[in-house]
Amino acid sequence: MTAIKAGTAIEHAPGPARYAALRLRGAVLSPVTGSIVAALLLGAIILAGTGADPFTAYRAVFTGAFGSEGIGDTLGESIPIVGLALALAIPLRAGLVNLGGDGQLVLGGLAAVSVGLYSPFPSAITVVLALLAGMLAGGLWAALAAVLETRCGVPLLVSSLLLSYPAMSFVSYMVRFPLLQKGSGIPQTDRLPEGVKLPEFAAGSGAGTGVSVGIVLIGLAALVYFVVDHRTAAGYEVRMTGLGARFAGYAGVDRARLTLRLMFASGSLAGLVGAIAVLGFPYRLVDGSLTTPGHTWTGLLAALLAAASPLGTVAAGFFFGALTIGGFGMEQETAVPQQLTSVLQAVVIIFLAVRGGVFRKGGWLRRLGRGADPGPPATASPPDPETTAPAPARGDGGK
Amino acid sequence: MSFDAELIFSALRALTPILFAALGGALCERAGVFNVSLEGTMLIGCFAAVTGSWFGGSVWIGVISAVLAAMVFSLLLAIGAVTLGADAVVLCIALNLLAVGLTGFLLRTVFGKQGTFGDPDLQGLRPVDIPGLESVPFVGRALSGHSPLVYLSWVAVVVIAVLLSRHPWGVRLRGVGEAPEAAQSLGVSVARYRYAAILTSGALCGLAGAQLALGNVTLFSENMTAGRGWIAVVAVMLGRALPVGVLLAGILFGLVEAIGFRLQGEGMPQQAADAAPYVMTLVALFLATRSRGRRGGAPPGRLTGRIPRPRRIARTTTESPS
Repeated sequence: MTAIKAGTAIEHAPGPARYAALRLRGAVLSPVTGSIVAALLLGAIILAGTGADPFTAYRAVFTGAFGSEGIGDTLGESIPIVGLALALAIPLRAGLVNLGGDGQLVLGGLAAVSVGLYSPFPSAITVVLALLAGMLAGGLWAALAAVLETRCGVPLLVSSLLLSYPAMSFVSYMVRFPLLQKGSGIPQTDRLPEGVKLPEFAAGSGAGTGVSVGIVLIGLAALVYFVVDHRTAAGYEVRMTGLGARFAGYAGVDRARLTLRLMFASGSLAGLVGAIAVLGFPYRLVDGSLTTPGHTWTGLLAALLAAASPLGTVAAGFFFGALTIGGFGMEQETAVPQQLTSVLQAVVIIFLAVRGGVFRKGGWLRRLGRGADPGPPATASPPDPETTAPAPARGDGGK
Repeated sequence: MSFDAELIFSALRALTPILFAALGGALCERAGVFNVSLEGTMLIGCFAAVTGSWFGGSVWIGVISAVLAAMVFSLLLAIGAVTLGADAVVLCIALNLLAVGLTGFLLRTVFGKQGTFGDPDLQGLRPVDIPGLESVPFVGRALSGHSPLVYLSWVAVVVIAVLLSRHPWGVRLRGVGEAPEAAQSLGVSVARYRYAAILTSGALCGLAGAQLALGNVTLFSENMTAGRGWIAVVAVMLGRALPVGVLLAGILFGLVEAIGFRLQGEGMPQQAADAAPYVMTLVALFLATRSRGRRGGAPPGRLTGRIPRPRRIARTTTESPS
């Protein structure tokens, strides 16, 4: 998790050796590490409770995720998770929560598969058009959620989620009726024409690994996010809004416009993930195949874990992807259901949120601001009036 | 499609889980806690209800275990958000996902099933016929023969409405939500009232889950709440966190769900019926904010704009000049 601190401390680099030591110390002592360790300990207790040996189980998670057989699956699983984590991290950086990733994802997939099936252009152009159509569909749907917040006062949290359900129903309808492949019992569209697909790496060693040029596209998206976040005025405005929306408002940030743009970027990235998924194996849209694995929610947790920092989000998304795949290895080895890993992912975030000072009320990305400030240690957080007020009653907390 | 007593009957049945959860959400809102973990708490209630009924052999053991499990689950929110000062939104998102993962995990470890658990021997809530009322022509068919929890939810609306408007506890609870510093300085424990609100909302979500898993159907399936907790959040917004307002908003969603289900039987695609409550919700929110004038809605972190926060004046002056 060292990558999380990457961008924030560069300006104050105090000499390479000391800098590396500081980074290491910061990473080891960070609440993120603490939360992960605490969640793994809790997981060990649960494992022991079900009668499994925690060490065997965790070893199985590790070899399942990073062994010679698992690493390909881990990469394949990580592409959508990292993509969606980045998508949800973009508004999160400004303190906005986009819960509608599922809807944006499936609309992107639907747009891409429609273009792929009906485009009259040569396949190379069709692929590009399909990717763009997916981005546009997801982006516009997410932008609608932003409009609902800024114009109608519906909290973004609620508007984005509520828009997600009809989008999923609509895509399910399109796949099951107008676009349904005739003659097959499975609710799926026709296969995309030959050649309309993203080129795959190592196609000889077995199809279906899911590692395609998609990984490059997601990497590119991460790079763009990193550069915009660290090096542009727009990225600075976003971070400033995340640290203190009111202050950013004083400084002239137009919050409504910012929300709209961030949500469009977020939705288009989620749509891109849907398009990538459709343009890879099995080269069609199967009803429910995009949302059933729950990549959106894993991605959201990853973005929260990394406090939406660009490199940290990639690392956290990969970590959660590996944990998910490792969970299947653990299930084979110890017969403990793989759902345990999704429990652990949620528990990490609960520990992280509960470790006050990380996600404090009003400016919950304050930790980032402190990271850039070389002065006081991270633990000395100023008391929050809302949390100190009830403190005397702490004694009856357990009732 | 005809507008008959059966439609009202099924609308009232669909309303109940949403109503219970929304009452809990309204209590939290009035106490100044932004609780969007209703969905996950309700799901925990569903699972505990089925587990309790199955192993306890009685539906009432199921209902009680649903209430207790949901209260324990919401205790996590209370400790995190009230005692430890964590961000309630982040915590609630994680709790919702924890509920999905945990119930899926337990479904496999406890019942050895994946996806759905249902059994003919599983005890569900029995319908109650109200003497006298059942023989009234239209009203009897619509109002009589529901599960006991349906009637309990109507009682809960009245109790909570009276509590909030008349009883000292309710008045103090509102005080805690509207001006925590002032309440604290008058000797009202902010933490204690917020704990009470969150735990009560947990109990209500447990009842919602019990009605969903043992009343509307008699089974547990993964993620069976399917967004009802979020519709409850919207009901709190539309009902302005007033018990009766929440009831009216809930009736609207219940009707849409029942009509959608009816039309599905008449050949409308299932997807349209699934989407209908959410589309209706969005339209209702849109119209509500329109009619209220373009005031910009609730301040960030609040569902309703009705309760002024201490720093509200400062906030309104800094809102973007759009």
